[in-house]
Order: sequence, then C-alpha cells, then structure tokens
Amino acid sequence: MHTKLRREMWQQRGQMLAIALVIAGGVAVCLLSLVNYASLSATREAYYLENRFADIFVAVKRAPRHVVQRVADIPGVARISSRVEGAATLAVEGFADPVSARLVSLPETGQPEVNRLFLRHGRLPQAAHGNEVAVIGSFADAHALQPGDEMDAIINGRRQRLTIVGIVESPEFIYVIPPGGMLPDYRRYGVLWMNEDALSAAMDMRGAFNSLVLRVDPAVTVASVIDSLDRLFADYGSTGAYSREQQFSHRFLRDELNQLKTMALIFPAIFMGVAMFLLNVVVGRLVSTQREVIAVLKAFGYGNRQIARHYSQLVFAIAIIGLLLGTAAGLWLGRELGVLYMDYYRFPELLFRISPWWVLQLAVVTVGVAWAAGWRAIRRAAVLPPAEAMRPEGPATYHITHAEHLLSWIPLSQPSRMIVRHLTRRPGRTSLSVLGVAMATAIVMVGSFQFSSVSLMVYTQFARVQTQDITVSLTDPVNRSAMYGLARQPGVRYVEGRRMVAVELANGHREWRVSLSGLPQDARLQFVVDDHLNNVTLPPTGLLLTDFLARRLAVGPGDSVEVRVLEGHRPRLMLPVTGVTSEFLGTGAYMQLDAMNRALKESRVVNQILMNLDPDSEDAMYRDLREQPRVMAINVRQAMLDSFFNTLARTFLTYMFVISLLGGIIAFGVIYNTLKISLAERGRDLASLRVLGYRHGEVSHILLGELAVLLILGIPLGWIVGHGLAGLVVMAIETELYRVPLVISGKTLALAAHVVVISAALSGVIIWQRVRNMDLVSVLKTRE
Amino acid sequence: MARLGEAVFHARGLTKVYWQGDVKVQALRGIDMDLVEGELVVMLGASGSGKSTLLNILGGLDVPTSGEVTYRDIDIAGANDRELTRYRRNHVGFVFQFYNLIPSLTARENVAAVTEIAHNPMTPEAALELVGLTPRMDHFPAQLSGGEQQRVAIARAIAKRPDVLLCDEPTGALDSATGVLVLAALDTVNRETGTTTVIITHNASIGQMADRVITLSDGAIIGEHQNPARHDPRSLSW
Repeated sequence: MHTKLRREMWQQRGQMLAIALVIAGGVAVCLLSLVNYASLSATREAYYLENRFADIFVAVKRAPRHVVQRVADIPGVARISSRVEGAATLAVEGFADPVSARLVSLPETGQPEVNRLFLRHGRLPQAAHGNEVAVIGSFADAHALQPGDEMDAIINGRRQRLTIVGIVESPEFIYVIPPGGMLPDYRRYGVLWMNEDALSAAMDMRGAFNSLVLRVDPAVTVASVIDSLDRLFADYGSTGAYSREQQFSHRFLRDELNQLKTMALIFPAIFMGVAMFLLNVVVGRLVSTQREVIAVLKAFGYGNRQIARHYSQLVFAIAIIGLLLGTAAGLWLGRELGVLYMDYYRFPELLFRISPWWVLQLAVVTVGVAWAAGWRAIRRAAVLPPAEAMRPEGPATYHITHAEHLLSWIPLSQPSRMIVRHLTRRPGRTSLSVLGVAMATAIVMVGSFQFSSVSLMVYTQFARVQTQDITVSLTDPVNRSAMYGLARQPGVRYVEGRRMVAVELANGHREWRVSLSGLPQDARLQFVVDDHLNNVTLPPTGLLLTDFLARRLAVGPGDSVEVRVLEGHRPRLMLPVTGVTSEFLGTGAYMQLDAMNRALKESRVVNQILMNLDPDSEDAMYRDLREQPRVMAINVRQAMLDSFFNTLARTFLTYMFVISLLGGIIAFGVIYNTLKISLAERGRDLASLRVLGYRHGEVSHILLGELAVLLILGIPLGWIVGHGLAGLVVMAIETELYRVPLVISGKTLALAAHVVVISAALSGVIIWQRVRNMDLVSVLKTRE
Repeated sequence: MARLGEAVFHARGLTKVYWQGDVKVQALRGIDMDLVEGELVVMLGASGSGKSTLLNILGGLDVPTSGEVTYRDIDIAGANDRELTRYRRNHVGFVFQFYNLIPSLTARENVAAVTEIAHNPMTPEAALELVGLTPRMDHFPAQLSGGEQQRVAIARAIAKRPDVLLCDEPTGALDSATGVLVLAALDTVNRETGTTTVIITHNASIGQMADRVITLSDGAIIGEHQNPARHDPRSLSW
C-alpha cells in the first residue's frame, strides 16, 4: 500500500504539487505575519524594559532642579530623569539642505535613570567635554557619521562645534518625526544627546530643567501620578504630563504593530479558505478516479478502515508537504521582512520569536482541514461495495437545462455545446470553480490595491494639501510682519505663515493631543480638502477636524469640543466643530489664523513660515535660514516625499508584494487544478473527437473555452470580492500617521486580472501539451 | 462483385513494434494487403493477433514501424500528425467497441459534431435514419441502450460520407441479438453508400456477411478467402 501511495503521488506530482503550493501559500502568509508581529512585539517589549522606557512624560517651560525632589515624593513614582531639551540647526558637511535636531541632556553619570540609551558605537559624552554629543543611529546612518566626526550647530543662537563620540538608539525615539513634519526624515532631522551641564549652559537653563521622564510603580495607576504632576507643574509652564500611550514614537509603533496583527489575521484566513476549498475539490476527484483500484483492493480483502486510512494518508502527505514548504517559506520570509522592519524601527537586535505552539496549531488546523476536505470523497470510496466499484461508472447523465432552452437561439457548435452542458451539469462545482478564480483575483487585488492607494494618498497630501516647498518652524511666535522681510529675499516666490499650537482636544472622556493649525483666510500654499479633494473654506469661528480625529472624539459638525491649549497661559476654550475634512496623512485640526490669535489673546503672530522658492536659490536660502537663531526646524517637501517612499512605503509595500506573489501562486493552483480535473474527466471525449478528425486546436477549444468561461465569470466576481476585502483591509489598517484611501484603480483591476490570466495561460500551455501528447489508441481502448 | 472498383488501400511489408513497459511487442510482421473500393472486409483474429493495430494504422491513428501504406495518393505511413488529422477528418469513419459517444451531446448532436467539420456531409437526421434511430434522436447517450449507442456511433461515422469505414469489434460489448442489429446497420450503409468497410472481430461467424475475410494471427495474415455470396447479417447468430 505504501508503494502504491508513493507511485501515485509521483504519477500525479504536478497536481499534488499545485495543491501543496496552495496550502504552502496559506501557511506561509500565516506564519510570516505571526512571526513578524510576535517578533516585533517581543523585541519592543524587551527594548522598553531593558532601557527603562518612561511611563510618563512632562514638558515644562523651566523648573528649578529642587522640584525633582517633590516629584520623587509623589506616591508611585519609581524612577525619574530630569532633563534639558533644546533645538538646534546643524550643518552637516557635504549636505546643503537644512538639518535640524532635537537636543536632549544626559546626566554626569552618562546613562540616565529613565530612557536609557543603547550604545551602537563609541561611547557616551563625558562631563568634562562640553562639545561631545551622541547622535541617534538613523541620522548617523543617513549621513554616514562615525564617532570622531565633527559638525557645526547653532544652539539657542550660538554657533558651536560638536564632536560625535557615540552612535545611540533610544526607546523614546524609535519613530522620529520632525516638528511640523508628518513623516520621518532621517537626513534632515536627528536627535542628539549632550552632557547636561553643557546643554544647560547653551540653553540658559543652569540649575533648571524643562523635561521630565519617569517610570511608575506597576501597582499605582499612571493617571493618578499624572494628576499629581499636573498640579505640581502648573506653575512652571507645563504643557501637561502625558502617558506613554500618548507619546509620539510609541503611539505610531503601537499602531503599526496593530496593523500587522490585523493583517496577520485577515490574509491567512483568505488564503487558507481558498486552499481548503481547492483541496476538497481535488481530493474528491482523485478518489473518484480510483474506483476500480478500490474495488480490487476490497476484493483482495482490504477492509473499509484500511482503504480509508490509505486515502487519508494521501491527503495527509499532500497537507504535510504543503505545511513543510509553507513553514520554511513563512519563516524565511518572516525573518527577511523582520530584518527589513528592524532596519526601519532601529531596534538594537531582533528577537526572532516563533512559538512552537503556533506551528503546532497551524499544523493541526492544516492537516485537519485538509482531511475534512477529503473526508467526503474518502468515505465514498471506502463504503463502495466491490462489485459496484469494479463496474465502470456509466456514461454521465446530462440534461438540457432551462437556461440552455432559453439560449437556444444562439447557434452553438457542438464543442461549444459540450462546454455549456459540462458547466451546467454540476452547477455547484462550476460555482466553486468560479469562486476559486474569484478568490485568486481578490487576493491579488488586496495585495496590490495599496500601490495606487498609497500613490493617491501622497499625491493628495503634497499636491493638494501642502503645496509649499519648505516649512520653517520657529522656536517662538513672531509677528506676521516678519514675513515681509523674508518675502523680499531673492529667490523667494511666495511666503505664508501659520500658527501651530499644541492642544489637547477633549469630548468627555475622549482626549486627543494634536497640533491645531491656524491658517490665514487667503491661504495659497496650504489647503484643507474634503472627500472629493475640493478645498474647504475655513469658517470664521470654530474648528475643522479630520474625519479620523472627529471619529476618535465622537464629534461631528455642530458639536463643541474643549480645546485645552498646552502653551502659554494654557487657556481652556469651548469651540464648535464646524466641519469635518478628510485627509490621509496625520490628524489635523484647523481654524482661521485671526480667530486663533484672538482666542489665544495674542497679537497677530505665526510660528511656522511656508515658502515657495526658485529651485536655483534653494541652497542659498537654506544656508541663510540655518543661521537664523529662531529657526527650530526646516522641512523640505521633496525630502518628505523621498523619505516616505524610502522608509514607510518600502516596508509596507514589500509586505504587499509578497502577498500579491502568493496570491499569484494560489491563482495558478486553482486554475491548474481545475483544468487538470477537467482534462481527466473529459480526456476520453477529447480523444474521441481527435479520432473523428478534430484538430488539436479544435479540441483544446473545449478545455480552454471552459476555462475562458470560468475566467469571464470569476474575474469580475473577484473584483467585487476584492473590493470588499480591500475595504476591510483599509479599515483595519487605519492609523494616526496615515489612512490608506480605498482606491481601486483600473490598474489594480487589470493587474489582478493579468495575474490570473497569466496563471491560466501557464496552466493552459501545460494542459495543451497534455492534449497534444494524448495517446488516442489507449484512451479509446479503455472503457468508460 | 461487379460493382467493386479499383484497389484504394495498398499495404506492403507493414511491421509494427511497440514497447509495453519494458516488454517489446511485435504487433505486425510484414503485412501485404489491398482493399478494394466498396468492399466489406472482415478481419478475423484472436486478441493479440494484430488486427486492431492494423486497423489503427489504416485509420491514421498510428504509424507503422516500417513498410508502406497508401490510401489512393496519400502516404499514410510517412504522414505527420497534422496530415493524419486531415486524413481522418476527410476520409475515415470509425466505430469502436465502446462507442465513444460524447455523453454531453444528444444522438443528433453527436452526429452533428462530425457533420460540422466535414466537406459534404449528410444531415445528422438522414444518418440516424439510415441506422433506424430517428425516434431516439434527441436522447442523450445515458438514455440509450448499448445497441442504440453503437448505432449512433455508426451514424456518426458515416454521416460525413467517408471513403472508408473502420469498425473495431463493433459488437464486442453487445449481446448477439443487439449485435445483429448493429451489423445489419453496417451492411445497409455499405450497400447503400458504397463505403469501403472493414470490420475487425474475433467472432468467425461475422465473416459470413463479408465480401472477403482476412484472418490474422500473431501479426501476420494466415488466410484470406472471398465469400461467394454475402449472407444477410440477420441470418447470423453466435
């Protein structure tokens, strides 16, 4: 029996391999997503723990050092680091674009108590050397900086020469987004750590601090500590303490991991579903071609149980081959993608996590479902009485269906009639085949639609929403008249200002920290757009919120939200929401500049300047801006675009590419098997026609025509299913950083159809070869 | 015999060797044979005598290992796949032991499958009338008895007005009463259309309905005789 099993598998290796590939595809996607998610989660947890990532963050204007003692007295506070933070503009050799940096102080002892650094190369700055800095790895990599390199910096208006002594990573800055920016830009924005004495001196903060990070005893709630901190620091210009959940880098990372987790659920479900469906059809067919063999075996005295075991082994063998292939591919892909992600997140080392428990679960599910799929056919084979099994199945019964009567006005050739009758004879199975093609189409679509969606997202943001070439963020608000000076500079085409203010929006218990933008009434560089990308006029009073934010706060037009301003006198305002806009990047909240200035009881000030420049004068402008003391950061549009495609898009789209590829494999598996089964069932008819004088082409017309019908029905259905699944995916992967719009372009539809049609063509060529090499005489000699 | 015309098939020194797994089978060992236009020939032989191989070569389903076969001016032995297909399409009608009807087509449509690709066919209805199946025309194979299915196969084979009708054990799967009906249909077709007809069988009594009987054994012709008169198939029994 084992020899029989081995030989049969070898004889039908093409078909077996096609089924195994489909199973492998499902298993691989499942594992790669799980491995990715688990590895990154575990890596993050370990990294946070090892480096004592803070639970609470406080930013203040200026607080004397002795206040730290009072913080330590707050019940539940376990560890504290007080720091001085500042901004700098840098001049990196060989790089003309403006570069800005965030400066964070390090204590005399080197490593801080909280948010410790991971030292990649070199060492930490020493207390005695005020010009030493450690730089974050992403920035160092982007400029190929090494310990020993030097660069010029302007800190608080004073030029200083800095020496890099170390390259570090920090759990606080896994995602580094420049102020005023929406996406990471590692070439133009970095984080630098320097000795506290040196930084305090540069920032005029001797004996004081402006930033506090702390870890909380797990037994105490973070919220209660935040309350105490807010009371304590109210007099020191605090913008409010906030928890890790609201910390920028953590928030983005968490969203991305959730996204991965969702994908780890959705895709494998689709893949495994399709794989199991195929298995069912194919195993059923395989067993029914074995009728006579079964009869002979039974005549020799094999029992039902033995027969069932034999065919179960066949199914298990296929399932296990698929499982092994899939596990190997999944682990390998998971590892490769993990490395890619790690590069992106800059974790010190990837903890490759694969729980044997999952593999076991996956194995049990795969083999179990495969067996269940084959069960019906296996049982039918086992219970067949030997005499009946030895008798051949009679000619298949056909009827003229009602549908055909209705279509009788179409003159059909006999081969075409054969196609119609065969398809309508077993409508259930035909529907399943159509569904198989549809699912394959849908999978490719789900994998690929994001290419056009992401393109639209970026286009919208940078061609319709933010049309400025550069954005200059200032350390403090300036009067709008300052812009006129800039506008007169050579090479400046247009200048516009805006006021960005950190706020917490609240509706009941729902709170969200955002930057509220005050835009001028006659803005020409920056727009707020609606669903259809039409410009929305800013209301004279009240707020415009992005739909994402409005949903999070559960507010709509007409509702009011509390705006807790986190700067200056920290006023709390109740403002009406006058409209909801739709943006793909970031979570914006907008109001009119004049209204904002009035609400904040300040003069006509702005703190961001947007400019359009002559391309020729960009470098000169950057140099000039770098020297300006009040410039905190400069964002360049093109650079943001580049960095988007280089970082975020790369990891994301790589994942999608892998999914599409596996979708293609499934498409091939579905179609190859459908054709193969068809050939097995119709081989005799086709040989008869060949004998009657039909040419290869005319005979292949029957199989390929049938395939064409399946494709013509399946692909459009797949488009519909794919659209639905894409909608699900879009909803599931919505994050604060970006929301992928549901855009199904003609290109996407065409791509999905192409992948399926190419798979079909490949299978068609293989089947065509089979028809060509069909041994006419032996086919005719065998009975039906 | 006066109505018989010239010889249309010529076979000279025909051999066929094929491999069944690792076993070499010498199916034909130097066959010399002619078939005359319009005659009905029965080839007799036990299973393994090489008669089916010979029929398949005459019908363009197989090619000989050596030797010559021609049909009029067509060289069947040296033809490629495309030429053989054209030869089958235009000149040959086949009837097989297991009918080989297309189960998804009705009797009429099975015949139409051939008339659609033929040059000067009868109508499917006329072909079915010739074998006495007009009332069963719109039935599917699964709804027909074995004898009826075989008669549909005959109608399908003759509908294109072939030059030669080749029948491989046409009664092999039928009881004798039904077999006689099928043979009667073949006899009618031969007489009315003048189609050269070859029937191969292991059943010696069928030889009585032929103009000529050729006996094969072990891949060679061991006997050949002309019947003084053809018996009516209805008078045969076995």
